[in-house]
Amino acid sequence: MNVAIVKYNAGNIRSVIGALNRLGVNPLLTDNEEQLRNADKVIFPGVGEASTTMEYLKAHGLDRIIKDLKQPVLGICLGQQLMCSHSEEGNTDCLGIFGVPVLKFIPQKHEDKVPHMGWNTIETTGDGLFCGFSKPEYVYFVHSFYVPVCNWTAAKSDYILPFSASLHKDNFYATQFHPEKSGGTGERILKNFLDI
Amino acid sequence: MLAKRIIPCLDICNGRTVKGTNFVNLRDAGDPVELGRLYSEQGADELTFLDITASFEGRKTFTELVERIAANISIPFTVGGGIHELKDVERLLSAGADKVSVNSAAIKNPDLIDQIALNFGSQVCVVAIDAKQTTEGWRCFLNGGRVPTDRMLFEWAKEANDRGAGEILFTSMDHDGVKQGYANEALRQLSDELTIPVIASGGAGRKEHFRDAFIEGHADAALAASVFHFGEIPIPELKQYLCSSKIPIRL
Repeated sequence: MNVAIVKYNAGNIRSVIGALNRLGVNPLLTDNEEQLRNADKVIFPGVGEASTTMEYLKAHGLDRIIKDLKQPVLGICLGQQLMCSHSEEGNTDCLGIFGVPVLKFIPQKHEDKVPHMGWNTIETTGDGLFCGFSKPEYVYFVHSFYVPVCNWTAAKSDYILPFSASLHKDNFYATQFHPEKSGGTGERILKNFLDI
Repeated sequence: MLAKRIIPCLDICNGRTVKGTNFVNLRDAGDPVELGRLYSEQGADELTFLDITASFEGRKTFTELVERIAANISIPFTVGGGIHELKDVERLLSAGADKVSVNSAAIKNPDLIDQIALNFGSQVCVVAIDAKQTTEGWRCFLNGGRVPTDRMLFEWAKEANDRGAGEILFTSMDHDGVKQGYANEALRQLSDELTIPVIASGGAGRKEHFRDAFIEGHADAALAASVFHFGEIPIPELKQYLCSSKIPIRL
């Protein structure tokens, strides 16, 4: 299978590549329009800051390319946030694939530490990325901004308040958590994406 | 609900795992990648790899090891040891580490914390603090507890928090290797004063010690080494026990 990872100024993508390798896939890291359009699957990973990343994507025409992709696309972490309409991080206009804003976690009590970091449970729709999921599962999160629960929520988690752990609309899939860091559960999610 | 984390810590020298009692008297406990993968399969929530090699060559070996870990292990891991400047952080993160832990370098140059947070985000910056109780209170020490500093535990942890650290890894030198439990009073004060997660380290000998670190010490995570390396506490058994003690744990 021909899997492309969007190459941009993101942080650590080695673990995404490692996770795909363990599933028998050798992904292509690229910012080339033709290679991205021709891939069977595209992964849009992300560790970083919203405004500088969006600037980079725009400067390289990647904003337009990602929005126009027709094959299954998986946004991870900042990738999910950038697929939304707007982010409170750096007051940034994003790709607008999901018409929902990205908000900052506001702690309500001392235990509400931000970033939300660690293993938390998700409740899923049981289809798409979560095919075969029948009970809450633990996955690994690291984030300070969140997508509220909305029409496209495919998995919900709860930290300070209920939020979207995953989104799905047409060929676009996204997770706030890191499937590549979520042990066996994450592996099942990535495998489900490859099987779509 | 956010789970409390169990973190095995692997000390690495020349690419191999070692762990001593009170930081001396090292024993070999195998290949770090194999051991890390075993812990991951057993249910460890994160792993910490501490490079105790001093040489330049050893540093290169450790970076290659980090790449191997990232390729083979599907849970988050922190690396520490020998991080002096931002370039070291960049090298280890691009090798695939999720977080870096800084100790002496941060005490000597606190601005390093701000720089790491600014360049890579707070979530990658773990500030490790080794402290001992003295007549004036909890004092921070360097070099595995041999060199006292002029910093006190609580004020330094607060400063690290304010500078942008993502977590505090607190090791009580008085408790480390003694297996009589974590320094729960100091842990609790840290957890209650700071706005970032606190990882308990030093003193685990029995399953109850982990429970106490979470319940009495208010810790967000507990780190241990020898009890895991030598099979004294199997991780699945520990997690079952904590779960039955009503602590949120990932099973």
